[in-house]
Amino acid sequence: MTKPKIAFFDLSCCEGCQLQLANMGELLLDVLELVDVVEFREVMSEKWEGNFDVALVEGSVTDDHSEERLKAIRGRSKVLVAFGACAATGGVNGMKNSFDLEEIGKYVYGADHKSFPTRKTRPLHQVVKVDYTINNCPAYIPELVEVLKHILKGLPYAVPDYPVCVECKFNENVCMYERGAACMGPVTRAGCGSQCINNNNICYGCRGMVSNPRENAARDIMAKYNITPELIAKKMEMYNKCREEEKNVKKEHHH
Amino acid sequence: MSKKNITIKSEYITRVEGHGNIVVNVKEGRIEKCEFNVVESPRFFEGMLRGRSVFEAQHITSRICGICSCGHSLASIEAAEDALGIVPTGQTLQLRKLLLHFETLDSHILHIYLLVAPDMLGVKSFVPLLTTHNKVVRRALRMKKDCNELCEILVGRHVHPISCVAGGFTKLPGEHEIDRMLNILRGMRADMTVTVDLAATFKFPEFERDTEYIAMVSDGPEYPFLGGDIASTDGVRMSKKDYRKITNEYVDPRSSAKFTRLSRESYAVGALARFNLNADKLHPEAKAVAERIGLKPVCRNPYLNTAAQLVECVHCLEDAIAILGGLKKRGLNYDEQVLVGVNERNTLPVRAGEGVGAVEVPRGILFHDYQTDARGAIVNANCVIPTNQNIANIQLDMKKLLPEVLHKTEEEITLALEMLVRAYDPCISCSTHYLDVKYINR
Repeated sequence: MTKPKIAFFDLSCCEGCQLQLANMGELLLDVLELVDVVEFREVMSEKWEGNFDVALVEGSVTDDHSEERLKAIRGRSKVLVAFGACAATGGVNGMKNSFDLEEIGKYVYGADHKSFPTRKTRPLHQVVKVDYTINNCPAYIPELVEVLKHILKGLPYAVPDYPVCVECKFNENVCMYERGAACMGPVTRAGCGSQCINNNNICYGCRGMVSNPRENAARDIMAKYNITPELIAKKMEMYNKCREEEKNVKKEHHH
Repeated sequence: MSKKNITIKSEYITRVEGHGNIVVNVKEGRIEKCEFNVVESPRFFEGMLRGRSVFEAQHITSRICGICSCGHSLASIEAAEDALGIVPTGQTLQLRKLLLHFETLDSHILHIYLLVAPDMLGVKSFVPLLTTHNKVVRRALRMKKDCNELCEILVGRHVHPISCVAGGFTKLPGEHEIDRMLNILRGMRADMTVTVDLAATFKFPEFERDTEYIAMVSDGPEYPFLGGDIASTDGVRMSKKDYRKITNEYVDPRSSAKFTRLSRESYAVGALARFNLNADKLHPEAKAVAERIGLKPVCRNPYLNTAAQLVECVHCLEDAIAILGGLKKRGLNYDEQVLVGVNERNTLPVRAGEGVGAVEVPRGILFHDYQTDARGAIVNANCVIPTNQNIANIQLDMKKLLPEVLHKTEEEITLALEMLVRAYDPCISCSTHYLDVKYINR
């Protein structure tokens, strides 16, 4: 049997998710034995003109050029994977959507801002069909390996749809709310092993929201710990801003 | 000079905090165009920071770059603390220096092995090396894993660090974790020796151009990465507060990365700049390596930035062992552990102010500058990235190099230009990516 041809691409991102592959160490060599990596700009000069069995795309769509690129990659790929938070949910790039695009362009580039046209940040699935999603900022190596296994076996991978709190409890962490900090764990999809809270930081929500957040419970938490809706709204903006577009899309479909 | 026509248009993707192009146009032996442009999709980080709590800035700005996310974190933290008037403790500063050493080590190893080694061994990437030089690839990945583990112990993970925040560390390494870090570092010494042996065989192209080198300096005995003034080989010395007088950023519409200049048309930052300004402060083991490979300050061959990185690897490894030895001896004060969030309980002081962070990250000096309002929200932000500071310099290097190699074949010219860009290690993908170069003979 021939090995599946795999390619890695990046749109607007920090390339940290691709770096996570190198951070796997020699385990990466075991993965490489199962696949034929035909294009991976971050570490390879080689290029491939044919089609891909699997394309892993990091980063978000932030301009027309990246939209065209993504559509071209989709056209050449049997399986397309949204690789990391920027691809899966828009990641921190989504914060841009809270600003007027012309205003933010002027702020960074002054009078020359027109030379750098930009558009609202979109995660991949708002532009093309996505077959697998690897959440987290950056991709969490144990989950990355798990998703790769599913892809190679042709099995679907379901991102956990229960909150980070579930894993956090297993890890016996004291709740961040009890310790005096507002944490996004209660509304954020698990799968990271509550990595940030294990290190005594809060959850910032990088894996995106659970599909059915317990709104009443969240309200209770906010009341109990005297947390303002503004604080939570601001925190929500960091990784979940692009969801707004989805709501709009859904509404349009509904009508 | 031959009357040849060359058009090099590398129109795609060499990431330099984004995407970069090499454009060369030679008509009848005369150079009409020789440019290095950055055409990245802008991400507007400085704009997005406005309105956010300055305590979130570390989390957000570490996402500017996956490769030096710890460096961005530390520049961000320093700027935030400076703005708020928070003075870090000696222990915190030691741990931050340690973190910088881990990241510099990690980044330089990646550059030397995945970028430079394939060029030196005449292949396109590490992939063919898997069969021809399997041990080399395994060593590279092993050392990479070591660095990753070190960061994991110290700050939760390398990309993007979790426990280093404005105010200190949310989690301090336990005694056994200090021992684990020491064991990993001591274990790396054997691989480092072999790395030096391998790199000593590299034949770097001979090329020189006189330019201004800029790096952090201090009056203390340390080779400075954190906490010092900014100086240049042209004799400039300024406080980090005056960084704008050093960088003098300007926009060139061809490039979405901003350009910088000080005393001349361009300047260079990075390992070679640091070496040129501070070589006498290196660890003795690192000095010995510099001597062995014949690297002397002031070195004006940009290709030897890689050699300076090798020297710094040895320095960072040995100095990290020394820092940890000191911490182990004194013992950590665990009362310094902080829990911050967005400082919703006001455990740390908040004020309207402005602060600058200046940190030597793997690719050179990095500046973050934040203005906060009375609630500690960011009003204005400015980040000056090392790669941007090098772009004008890369371009001028190319302009000097091109006539010197014009007699060579197109393939050789392209390789020489690519290797020059890679030597600056603009970012891993840039450095390792084969630029799509098209020749059109007219």
